[in-house]
Amino acid sequence: MTAPASPAAPASPPPPPSTVRLTIEGIPVEVPPGTSILEAAKQAGVLVPHYCYHPGLPVAGVCRMCLVDVEKFPKLAPACATAVADGQVVHVHNEKAKKAREGVLEFLLINHPLDCPICDQAGECELQDYTFQEGRADSRYREPKRFNPVEDFGGDVLYVPNRCILCTRCVRFMSDVAQDPVLNVSERGDRAFIGKAEGHDLTHAWAGNVVDLCPVGALLSKDFLNKARAWELDRSASVCTGCSQGCNVVLETRDNVVVRVKPRSNTAVNQYYACETGRLHYRWMNRRDRLEVPLVRGEAGVLVPAAWEQAIAAAARTLAAAPRLVVLASAGLSNEALYLLSRIRGPGGEGVFRVETGPEAPLAGAPDLALRADRAPNGRGAELMGFARHDQPLAALQAGDTLLVADHDLAGLDLAALDRAGEIVVIGTTLPGELVSRVAVALPTCNVAEEEGTFTNLRGRVQRFLQAKAAPGEARPTWSVLGDVAEAMGRGRAPMLPADVFAALAGDHPAFGGLTYAGLGLRGLPVLDAAPAGGTS
Amino acid sequence: MGYPHPRHPRETPVLSEHFGDPAARTLAGWKARGGYQALEQALAMDPVAVQNVVKDSGLRGRGGAGFPAGIKWSFMKPDGKPHYLCCNGDESEPGTFKDREIMRWTPHALVEGVATAMHAIYAETGYIYIRGEFTEPLEAVTAAVREAYAAGILGANAMGTGRRLDIHVHKGAGAYICGEETALMNSLEGKRGNPRIKPPFPAVAGLFGKPTTINNVETLTAAAHVVRRGAEWYKAMGRPDNPKSTGTKLFSVCGNVARPGNYEVTLGFPFKDFLWELCGGAPDGRRIKAVIPGGSSVPILTAEECEAVFMDYEGMAAAGTLLGSGGVIVFDDTADMPRQIARLARFYAHESCAQCSQCREGTAWTTRILERICRGEGSFEDLDTLLEIGEQMSGKTICVLSDSCATPVASGLRKFRHEFEAKIGKKQGKAFVPSAYPTGLTPAAAGSAP
Amino acid sequence: MTYGPSAGAKLATTPAHGHDDAPYQPVFTGAARDELETLCARYPSRQAALLPALWMIQEARGWVSDGAVEEVAQVLGVSAAHVRGVLTFYTMYHQHPVGKHFIQVCTTTPCNLCGAEDVVNAFLRHTGCGELGVTSDDGRFTVIEVECLGACGFATPVMINSRFLESVTPDAVPDVLEECD
Repeated sequence: MTAPASPAAPASPPPPPSTVRLTIEGIPVEVPPGTSILEAAKQAGVLVPHYCYHPGLPVAGVCRMCLVDVEKFPKLAPACATAVADGQVVHVHNEKAKKAREGVLEFLLINHPLDCPICDQAGECELQDYTFQEGRADSRYREPKRFNPVEDFGGDVLYVPNRCILCTRCVRFMSDVAQDPVLNVSERGDRAFIGKAEGHDLTHAWAGNVVDLCPVGALLSKDFLNKARAWELDRSASVCTGCSQGCNVVLETRDNVVVRVKPRSNTAVNQYYACETGRLHYRWMNRRDRLEVPLVRGEAGVLVPAAWEQAIAAAARTLAAAPRLVVLASAGLSNEALYLLSRIRGPGGEGVFRVETGPEAPLAGAPDLALRADRAPNGRGAELMGFARHDQPLAALQAGDTLLVADHDLAGLDLAALDRAGEIVVIGTTLPGELVSRVAVALPTCNVAEEEGTFTNLRGRVQRFLQAKAAPGEARPTWSVLGDVAEAMGRGRAPMLPADVFAALAGDHPAFGGLTYAGLGLRGLPVLDAAPAGGTS
Repeated sequence: MGYPHPRHPRETPVLSEHFGDPAARTLAGWKARGGYQALEQALAMDPVAVQNVVKDSGLRGRGGAGFPAGIKWSFMKPDGKPHYLCCNGDESEPGTFKDREIMRWTPHALVEGVATAMHAIYAETGYIYIRGEFTEPLEAVTAAVREAYAAGILGANAMGTGRRLDIHVHKGAGAYICGEETALMNSLEGKRGNPRIKPPFPAVAGLFGKPTTINNVETLTAAAHVVRRGAEWYKAMGRPDNPKSTGTKLFSVCGNVARPGNYEVTLGFPFKDFLWELCGGAPDGRRIKAVIPGGSSVPILTAEECEAVFMDYEGMAAAGTLLGSGGVIVFDDTADMPRQIARLARFYAHESCAQCSQCREGTAWTTRILERICRGEGSFEDLDTLLEIGEQMSGKTICVLSDSCATPVASGLRKFRHEFEAKIGKKQGKAFVPSAYPTGLTPAAAGSAP
Repeated sequence: MTYGPSAGAKLATTPAHGHDDAPYQPVFTGAARDELETLCARYPSRQAALLPALWMIQEARGWVSDGAVEEVAQVLGVSAAHVRGVLTFYTMYHQHPVGKHFIQVCTTTPCNLCGAEDVVNAFLRHTGCGELGVTSDDGRFTVIEVECLGACGFATPVMINSRFLESVTPDAVPDVLEECD
């Protein structure tokens, strides 16, 4: 969130020298003063190997892995804690620096159990990677290894001290970002370990980030424990559906099953983090009780499987014949689906949705980042598409109204109101039990992990999510099904691609003006009237 | 001969003049011996003038690094921020016990030095950090501070000048590393005694993030003498041909020596005379084999190397070692060098703060190898490994504890390699069988006998 | 003595004896609280009084229990984890109960050269502790080796609680112990 520019801004101090020029690995770079050599190297496309440094955390400078050779310096300098200076010539990969890194790697491994075959981090472990790249081929350590037992840190976190390299990222995250300092470094010398005060567990709503921040296999997720090998996973960029914050995440699947959600960095939304709720908000994506084939109520009054063409025609017929159409939408639907629903709804119909809420849990050290009270990803998008938010959306039903249930599981609704409905059509991932005997047509769609599209988060940022797995049975992407239904109703041509839907949407809704599906990239862009914090009610 | 022995005529007692004299501990006794004149004089001067006297005297930090005290003070400018003075009384470098004597025999000398420095650096608050094991010095300094407050020397109106000078005694709790200046500041702030990354330097952001000067007990005590008796007086003491090292210095002598204790001599004193004449050489007619001249962290000298050394910063450097804190550890011909060096490494392994990878792991690894060698289970490769680990531990960490462990090991190994080699492959009773460690591409690191 | 693999760090914190299950009684009440507040006033942050506060706890209770960690954290407004991190950094704080007379014998190189290990053995023998870090059966003594006590010219220095003894020889050990009530 940016504060509006004040017209009478106080006289600003004289501008500091704008940039510093230096050479890193022979590549000239120009960065603002005060930048660390490590960050400047990133700009030059040079990765300085490091463990304790993390852009989201205060600098510790303790792993000593990022030592670089700066010409005219008497000693190697830690790239994370050394500011750039004009004319500096930095060597990251010369003999001296490489030798120092080889030393650090050897030290870090002397007491390490080398249990990669049973370590969850294997395959995505920086200790493994850097050792593979520049470590020694053997160890000269002949002494007994240090041993400490595994400890349950509470929450979703296990601590395996034998693998710990004491980079203190976890300690710094809990104290400076979560601002719930429950972790510490205990003891000293090589007896040191990450400790936790008795009776204080890692139960903070954002504590699970320590597992991602840990560059080695010392902090593990209990949820993911021994579930999969890192190299077996397929990864897709997505957006968390746990709340309206819209944290950028990666959905990781194995054999078409989502097994883990990890944060994807986006400094405009979630920095580098994801909350516990978001991390554990994936099991439903693997539900097996899905609506898998289109169903149409046959002549005998029973639901029978039907071909898509017939089912879509039946749905369109039912909806077109509605005296008045009420669309009950899920706030978990994409902007594209909601847009097409608004076409189907037409000017005479009514669109409603409900958002589950829960306690808000901010991440204190990150700007405007919280597990939001609204536990759905696209309430804002629904509002922009003209849907009205209600606590009891079914109250909108008048006697004889046709009801279109769009991927809503009816949880938390007063179902007595259903009695007022005339015909009911379901387009969604599941067919709620309460509707089995009532529904005229049910069309199976993909869930968020199975299709692509966009969400609009509570700050009005439009962000794309990609498909992570295949849909079950004959289920089709929501936008595709809705597009066909709308076309069958004579309301516009069916889109060929989600980008087509987005283009139409952007054409119809001024807030989305100027945005293109491709232009959103994978980090999203704000809608035009994006309101500041708490702007919309 | 130095305290606790009768004074040797070749000593120059300035700081140690009243060691062993209980009457000097009280305020009345201290005043009777000329105490608090320096402070009175300083308070009447502009802080910059005090800085200049100390600068001119050539007084250098006595804690080990030898940084010129007056220059350090001159980094402190009147910038309106709170300034702090830290007095480093965490003396824990093995072989060094001079600050202990200053604090327990002449606590008012220290209080006076601290107050003088506080005036010079525009500080209202000073902390005297004393290691927790020093129960007697803690009592003495605490009592002296209390007396000084009661007498109006300290407090809101120090010596009636309107200047506020508050001094607090802070007790450590057992950590060698807190003698490192930034670790001491963290410790004072109620944190783990972890050394900080520099920059920022203490003069910019030190204790509680404010400009801070930190000096050793001996430096501050000497500074008061400099203020009272003038830079010229101080400068006159030392080798005439070496103006970079001036004044007197307390040397602590321990180990295999006939008369262990604290000796105060002018800088530049011949080390040979010091060891054999003042300290009496090795005890019981034995011979000195080796000497660590500046506290356990500096390179070891053989007895022969000691003969032509001058005891000042430059003289020690010329001999390939350091003046350090002035802790002289003497090893005689009965000393088992590998065993003693292993014991020293163990000290550093115990004291490593655990921040830097090289230090945390390297000090412990070094210790384990050395102790294995001492058990007769070593190999020749171990000696090379030790030197290479030492190389990796030097110049790469936040502070110098890691280097301090590697230095005596490397110099010990170079100068007394035969003693290490003699221990290899000599496990009594049975031949050493190396552990079945996967050796891969390298030759087995077994106890390959010569 | 071997600088062995340090499983000890975490495993050895289980005390041999001396824990009681009675609810923790706060130390910082009445005069002790006033004293702590006086100490806090010496520093611009309450956290700076952490080392002094832990000393007060140890003087009152003989060691620093989990309950005491909580109390100090609460009184000084810092986290319990921070207090524990600090507590375990400094070796003079006891993380579990020790004998009535806590005997620390310096064995670092300068004292070692002068026979400090014989002094340690004499203490182990005469106190009945037998082993370093173990409290004697009567609960009176615990003997540990300590790193440099800073009195190297007075080998071997020994600390018994806050009593600092210089130049202790093995022969003097029985007399030294005699003076412990």
